[in-house]
Amino acid sequence: MNWTFTDTWIVITGMLCALACALPGCFLVLRRMSMMGDAISHAVLPGLAIAFMVTGARESLPMFIGAALTGLCTALFTQWIHRFANVDQGAAMGVVFTTLFAIGLMLIVAAADHVDLDPGCVLYGAIESSAPVVPGEFPRAAAVLGGVFLLNLLVIAIFFKEFRLSAFDPGLAETLGFRPGLMHYLLMTLVAVTTVAAFESVGSIIVIAMLIVPAATAQLLTRRLVPMLFTACLAGALAALLGHLGAIMIPPWFGFRGTSTSGMMAAAAGWIFLLTWIFAPHEGLLSRFRGRRAGGRGRADAPAGIKRDPGSPGVSPH
Amino acid sequence: MSTFQSWWEILTLHAHNTRVVVLTTALLGAGSGVIGSLLLLRKRSLMGDVLSHATLPGIVLAFALLSSAGLAAKNLLPLLAGAMLSGLAGVGVMVAIRRTTKLRDDVAMGIVLSVFFGIGVVILQMVRELPDSAGLGSFIYGKTASIITADFIGIGIVSLIVLGVVLLLGKELVLLCFDDGFAAAQGWPVAWLDVLLLALVTLMTVAGLQSVGLVLVIAFLIIPAAAARFWTSRVGRMMAIAAGIGALSGWAGASASAAMPDAPAGAVIVLASAAAFGISLIAGPRGVWRRQMELARLRDRVGRQHLLRSIFEILEQPASTPVNRPVALDDLLEKRSWTPRELRRLLKKARRHGSTEPTGNGGFVLLSEAGFGEAARITRNHRLWEIYLIRHADIAPSHVDRDADMVEHILGPEMVRQLERELEPSALLPPSPHAR
Repeated sequence: MNWTFTDTWIVITGMLCALACALPGCFLVLRRMSMMGDAISHAVLPGLAIAFMVTGARESLPMFIGAALTGLCTALFTQWIHRFANVDQGAAMGVVFTTLFAIGLMLIVAAADHVDLDPGCVLYGAIESSAPVVPGEFPRAAAVLGGVFLLNLLVIAIFFKEFRLSAFDPGLAETLGFRPGLMHYLLMTLVAVTTVAAFESVGSIIVIAMLIVPAATAQLLTRRLVPMLFTACLAGALAALLGHLGAIMIPPWFGFRGTSTSGMMAAAAGWIFLLTWIFAPHEGLLSRFRGRRAGGRGRADAPAGIKRDPGSPGVSPH
Repeated sequence: MSTFQSWWEILTLHAHNTRVVVLTTALLGAGSGVIGSLLLLRKRSLMGDVLSHATLPGIVLAFALLSSAGLAAKNLLPLLAGAMLSGLAGVGVMVAIRRTTKLRDDVAMGIVLSVFFGIGVVILQMVRELPDSAGLGSFIYGKTASIITADFIGIGIVSLIVLGVVLLLGKELVLLCFDDGFAAAQGWPVAWLDVLLLALVTLMTVAGLQSVGLVLVIAFLIIPAAAARFWTSRVGRMMAIAAGIGALSGWAGASASAAMPDAPAGAVIVLASAAAFGISLIAGPRGVWRRQMELARLRDRVGRQHLLRSIFEILEQPASTPVNRPVALDDLLEKRSWTPRELRRLLKKARRHGSTEPTGNGGFVLLSEAGFGEAARITRNHRLWEIYLIRHADIAPSHVDRDADMVEHILGPEMVRQLERELEPSALLPPSPHAR
């Protein structure tokens, strides 16, 4: 294996992306809005396209503003269709994000003459090309992702109490005057900004892997919020490292030259989740299996004899 | 003139290529509408999203296997079989996550979507080096403009299968969508029905994927069904309407994109169905316009009834038998938590409704003959309900006012008669049980 400083930068960029995604991701998972990450990551496309068309260049700031606005629009439209038109939330989300994505595609094709935005790059990302070629240069993607990570950290630290309460008990948050609606839209804005930052380096689909999978892994390992945030960051960073290692090491086994690092990061996050799913101390398959054999003593929240309804659809209540 | 003619030729399916493209898209829209309706009712609309992403590893893996075996890797059937298998694997993983962990539906969907797609991208980028792999990208963005007759036949067969299964097992699938607990209690294999539904979705997704692309498949599974929901509350009709909307937007969108060769066809078709959704959202009988009108009407009625009862209660104050006379607005303001502006608005509406008469003095309000009668009736209903709550629901007399406030507006004559029978048939207007 031939590890160069480029590889180091790729891993650092990937880790920063994972860290930036893991924080809002935990709250998305807790609020049962995981698919909102998917929706927003598709729906920011028109915002980006408009920002490109207005400025005529791939400037970071207009891009973030455009994306944050469209992300907010996605959340608002979804909520509006869900609330006023009485459409199921998932369906409302689907209608909004496919429509916005289609508008974005149209705009990009319309602007294709003066903007180089490859739709393929939007989906898979190109973390490899974000790393510097010359040593000593600080890559832009890493700087942007680091900045977004700090922004997420700051916002979540400032509104920690509000975020926590509105994630676990929106009703109580409302009663106490914490404005869970406002927190919802703030979170959606964070997700949108994070998505755009991650866009260039990991691609829109794989952003979802970084948002959801580490958070889900962390949720299997702990029941407390702060440890969950830390675990999610750790799992994400680990996935970034393993992902790049895998992208270098695995293809030669099959006689190929290389593969997409960002795709491998999603796959690595999936592997970490799978291992956690099997081996987690309380929630894992093994301990559950042992607990069931021992008469259900292994689980605190499921007394012996009470099993989850196998036929239950598990539809999350809204 | 020439543009009109070219539009006309497109809309009437003049050219063979356009005809195949338009018909295929319309057929796909119709089939997806039917299966999407079931998904919507099952509250799993985003399943199409998940499944269409989860098919990618199967497609590229099948391609890689075929290619390394030295076979013609462009053979469609094995690729679609691979897509089907990996879609079903995705469903399996999702069900397993939901069954064996505390993680919710949405998390399971997000995990399967992103990880499967990630694996797909990994394999796709590896097999990029193989010859013959150029067409694989079309599975993501579709190649609507180059749909051929074989695609039409494929989508036709899949639509027929979907329609056949839905006709055959319609009752069971509908039961699953509306009340899976009841279905399980009745002994239906709920888990298998769920898998069957998702298998149909996967089939539809796979069929649509390579002809129209990922985003359009997702849109077709969600948007027509969601739009149809605004027009009816019957399942069969909803499926038919969704199929119609899907076909119509497929037809219109594909025609429009044939007229605008630069625009990406998938996006144009999505926008066509989004337009259909927008129209349904506003104009449908269950849509926003009707709902808002009904809500406004209800608000008006509730407001007027509160006003009339408040006036009547003031009229009751000095003597036990109320006599109609002008009531001071200041007294009314003390009665409820109205702001002066709200009260003025209510009075204006009551005046228009004929419940009040002009008094000549701005500070007073006088009930008309009809308004006085209605006020007496409303007050009586309110009291009856309060007494009922105190006697039969064991609610403290000091608390019943609020509860009665909410329900009195929807007491039908039948209900009032029943209350009269059960309570005090003699008293014409019972005194307030919480009188001050």
